[in-house]
Amino acid sequence: MRTRWTLIALAAAALSTVALAQQKSAADAIAEYRAMLADGNPAELFEAKGEDLWKQKRGPKNATLEQCNLGKGAGVVKGAFVELPRWFADTGRVQDLESRLLTCMETLQGFDAKTIIATPFGKGEQAKIEGLVAWISAESKGLRFNLPQAHAAETTAFELGKRAFFYRAGPYDFSCASCHGQEGKRIRLQDLPDLTKNPGDGIGFAAWPAYRVSSGELWGMQRRLNDCFRQQRFPYPGYTSDVTVALSVYMGVNAKGAESIAPALKR
Amino acid sequence: MADPMRIRAQSAGDKATVRVLMSHEMETGLRKDAAGKLIPAWYIQEVTAQLNGKTVMTAQWGPSVAKNPFLQFSVKGAKAGDKIAMSWTDNKGEKRTDEATVS
Amino acid sequence: MTTRREMLARSTQLAAMLATLGLLPEAAQAQVAGFNVAAFDAKNMADLMKALGGHAPTESKDVTITGPDIAENGAVVPVGASTALPGVKRMLLLVEKNPSMLSAMFDVTDAVDANFSTRVKMGQSSNVFAVAMMADGRALYASKEIKVTLGGCGG
Repeated sequence: MRTRWTLIALAAAALSTVALAQQKSAADAIAEYRAMLADGNPAELFEAKGEDLWKQKRGPKNATLEQCNLGKGAGVVKGAFVELPRWFADTGRVQDLESRLLTCMETLQGFDAKTIIATPFGKGEQAKIEGLVAWISAESKGLRFNLPQAHAAETTAFELGKRAFFYRAGPYDFSCASCHGQEGKRIRLQDLPDLTKNPGDGIGFAAWPAYRVSSGELWGMQRRLNDCFRQQRFPYPGYTSDVTVALSVYMGVNAKGAESIAPALKR
Repeated sequence: MADPMRIRAQSAGDKATVRVLMSHEMETGLRKDAAGKLIPAWYIQEVTAQLNGKTVMTAQWGPSVAKNPFLQFSVKGAKAGDKIAMSWTDNKGEKRTDEATVS
Repeated sequence: MTTRREMLARSTQLAAMLATLGLLPEAAQAQVAGFNVAAFDAKNMADLMKALGGHAPTESKDVTITGPDIAENGAVVPVGASTALPGVKRMLLLVEKNPSMLSAMFDVTDAVDANFSTRVKMGQSSNVFAVAMMADGRALYASKEIKVTLGGCGG
């Protein structure tokens, strides 16, 4: 009798080891798959477009974006991405990359920001912004996030972002923290980074913009946040609205020191 | 006109590894749009590579090659400074040719 | 009375409509000269080999198929076909359970290695084949199972 129970216990132990091994190897296998795609990221196609768009005379004012100040001085692109969002004196606001691009496209090139805000992702000028964020983020690839928190508006944005991050709403009472508030969470085979702290190099905030393989599209952080809101069954946030910028400040400050791999490759 | 390709050609010994990223929808013709209509097939059918003006590789592709396709192959007898030209033609007759120098 | 011009205009319109609906036969759609329509339409190995004028392939350790064990997304699966054997005419990449098996075929000349990597779409988990078509008429293959999973909603 005891022998039989021992045998069953041994069999159960063996089965769970196999199951555990299979679980681990699924995550490993997917890591392998991602590594195989890392060389030759289609985001590079968007980077090339973005670089051209930065230097191309466009808009009613027929001007380039080369005088755009992304926070490190007019025309300075290298290193700008890892210090965004930040406060800007000329607009008196904390702005993320896409918000700042709207400012520059309006003031330098004469585009109408309201029209672009109303344009769906991937269409018209929104498609151009995809190229621009891909290139601008690529110019900071490998650098570490270091968002400034010196100005009162910047610290306020952090607090607003934190508040928004934990704010439960919608029919499912979700908040960002529901999925991203703890270590070790997962949706099916996607690891969910803990965004209340630095989740590591190239993870979470440090992995966007990214080329999304499933749709063959380049997503900036604004689109990523928009989709998060959608998944929480929240109303869509306004493009570059205060709450989206604040959430980026919260995540970006938490990710201080993390290495940016943008534009990355995502499922 | 179609978007440019990204071509990287790196020499190692007497060969060069060529890596290409092409910008193309590669639509299978089997997908339906939001209204339920079939989205017409639109995909690269032919890819050719030339080394210093001489064709060294040709390929035929079907619509199951992925969107924004990637291609890697190895050319013999290529050295730094040589020119690699990649061309594609799709089922609508659109074409694109881009060049790169072997590094 | 319908003039000839009106009739022609109408039939062009009709053809355009049918083309949009995907109802025109493959052959009526634009094609690159020399594109092997039959090969890319083949639903199984037998039809494919017939369209390529080859024999049924036999498994060979001298042909290599590379690819991941699991593809997080079937839209982009990196695969490679290679062989070190001399006398290769063509390398093929096949996805068994796709609506049409043949994904890509590469002509092998003296100027290139018989080693090609690309990315394919896989509709579902399936065997993927690398086939080497030899100058002496043989067809050799290697296969690998690649599992495809959707992988969740974010990240």
